[in-house]
Amino acid sequence: MPDGKKIRVLIAKPGLDGHDRGAKVVARALRDAGMEVIYTGLRQTPEMIAEAALQEDVDVVGLSILSGAHMTLFPRIMKLLKDKGMEGILVFAGGIIPDEDVPALKEMGIRAIYGPGTPTGDIVDFLRQNVQ
Amino acid sequence: MAEERASIERSKEKWQNETLEPALRRAPERQERFETSSGIPVERLYTPADVATDYTGLGFPGIYPFTRGIQPTMYRGRLWTMRQYAGYASAQESNRRYRYLLEQGQTGLSVAFDLPTQLGFDSDHPLAEGEVGKVGVAICSLEDMETLMEGIPLDKVSVSMTINATAPVLLAMYEALARKRGLPLAALSGTIQNDILKEYVARGTYIFPPKPSLRLVTDVFRHASEHLPNWNIISISGYHIREAGANAVQEVAFTLADAIAYVQAAVDAGLPVDSFAPRLSFFFSAHNNLFEEVAKFRAARRLWARIMRERFKAQDPRSWMLRFHTQTAGSTLTAQQPDNNVVRVALQALAAVLGGTQSLHTNSRDEALSLPTEESVQLALRTQQIIAHESGVTDTVDPLAGSYFVEKLTDEIEARAGEYIAKIDSLGGALAAIQVGYVQKEIQDSAYIAQKAVEDKKRIVVGVNAFTVLESQKPQLLRVEPAIREEQMGRLRALRQRRDGPAVSESLARLRQAASGNDNVMSHLVACVEAHATLGEICDVLRQVFGEHKEAVVI
Repeated sequence: MPDGKKIRVLIAKPGLDGHDRGAKVVARALRDAGMEVIYTGLRQTPEMIAEAALQEDVDVVGLSILSGAHMTLFPRIMKLLKDKGMEGILVFAGGIIPDEDVPALKEMGIRAIYGPGTPTGDIVDFLRQNVQ
Repeated sequence: MAEERASIERSKEKWQNETLEPALRRAPERQERFETSSGIPVERLYTPADVATDYTGLGFPGIYPFTRGIQPTMYRGRLWTMRQYAGYASAQESNRRYRYLLEQGQTGLSVAFDLPTQLGFDSDHPLAEGEVGKVGVAICSLEDMETLMEGIPLDKVSVSMTINATAPVLLAMYEALARKRGLPLAALSGTIQNDILKEYVARGTYIFPPKPSLRLVTDVFRHASEHLPNWNIISISGYHIREAGANAVQEVAFTLADAIAYVQAAVDAGLPVDSFAPRLSFFFSAHNNLFEEVAKFRAARRLWARIMRERFKAQDPRSWMLRFHTQTAGSTLTAQQPDNNVVRVALQALAAVLGGTQSLHTNSRDEALSLPTEESVQLALRTQQIIAHESGVTDTVDPLAGSYFVEKLTDEIEARAGEYIAKIDSLGGALAAIQVGYVQKEIQDSAYIAQKAVEDKKRIVVGVNAFTVLESQKPQLLRVEPAIREEQMGRLRALRQRRDGPAVSESLARLRQAASGNDNVMSHLVACVEAHATLGEICDVLRQVFGEHKEAVVI
């Protein structure tokens, strides 16, 4: 990041599950690490998330899902981001995502997948090192 | 008594000077300060001087204030109900799992619904894509409910349903099914969660705004008090509050504060307190800190008994009893070294039993990764059976009573939870406290503190921040096929073609009228499902009448 500009992050909850403990803890940890964080709240459609990313002009989108619908929703979010010209945004994800889905998710451009037990410090470091 | 205390104090001082001090000089303790997960200080040693001398606060099992349990004989009479929460994919697939569990010696059923069902969307709704049958079973119509319960005797097996915003609709389906089978409604026993307040702070599956939601809760109370005498009309849940990050004291406090709000709402709607209070039930988490958890259950029981008798002037002793289901804490399961979870679950289940639970779900070792496999569920059930039949802890009532430490913790948790409840009262009650975001903020602060403690290694999680290994072997996971949604959509299409369209519209119109006015919606919901109106159609009507809740985002 250029000096002085804060990393802007959208933490989004696609899908219908209400498990937002992880999303909120990560949001707060990123904020405490000096980033600007917007949290969408629950039950966001791919369209709502892409639109929020555009409106908020974020550098990073973090997706949190525990319902098991990630293989349906994540590809759609990635496509919409691309369609709206936001290929440059760094996308990461967390929640209950089986290891065997990870290669396909990385293939579609999701840079990192964080499962249960991840220290929030790892996410902070990853974003600091990888946001252009 | 006072003399005895003084003598203990004198002996303790002597012990401190002559024995403890030299020992501490040689080897200091591991930490300067020890505390429970709720931040209650844990002393080095407890003696009779630490606990109340008045035995009435403890009392006897089966009578007020129920500290020692709600039954006079507890597990000497009957063991708790072993009830594994299950449900996935289609009604047919879940029905197969239920029959398997019953064959394995499980004694009650607990139905998990998928998110579209919990949120009032049929499986063919666009928002249901990717979600059908994932975290539970998809139930869109009375037909699905029939398939789900096929071959299961509703008059013999108690059925618990984890359903909240759409609880009245699912209860209507269950009732319609019983009618269809010619069973008297009094023969039905079971529970609907029906606890909407915690959805706004912890679980997230709300649909309507709080006011009409509370009205639906009260409609269920009234309906069940008239027609379903053996049905638990609500399961007021601390479990999800704890899972969202609350500590043990907050779990008790926020749950009982919600319970107070429900009782008040029903009383305000004109229901005599003793007409419904005996059918209230509770649902708590069993977390890691063994003694704190045992004390938590005991404290919750005593606090609730006092609230019901003193605050609401309930006369029926059954109205004072806090009956509860327990689930071991899902948030303590680790994705790392998943077999370690078996041990965690065993300790947590032990806490629930020592705390006097009425029913118990033990989590499976693979639940931090996905839905549990059949083998994992069997092992979780076996854990309960070993505690029940091999450990001997069930042979006497409230075996930890009289432990100076456990009694002290029980008193502490009761006092601290009481302070929280007073604070919530001062904010105008649970609903107001939720609307200003107070409860959410408290829970999130605790969640953040807990996460920081793990990252700073102030709290050790075996396999996560200590004793880690390089893991390569991944366990077998259960996956739900995407074809489930297609099949479910096909069934819905066929149902919509086959049913009597005008009868459906008419039943929905009556429901709309009832919901817009003050009529109890329950009998109208039964008529709707009997006409084969779908869950989504019914909820669309209610959404139009009541509106939808918008979350106030707090981080």
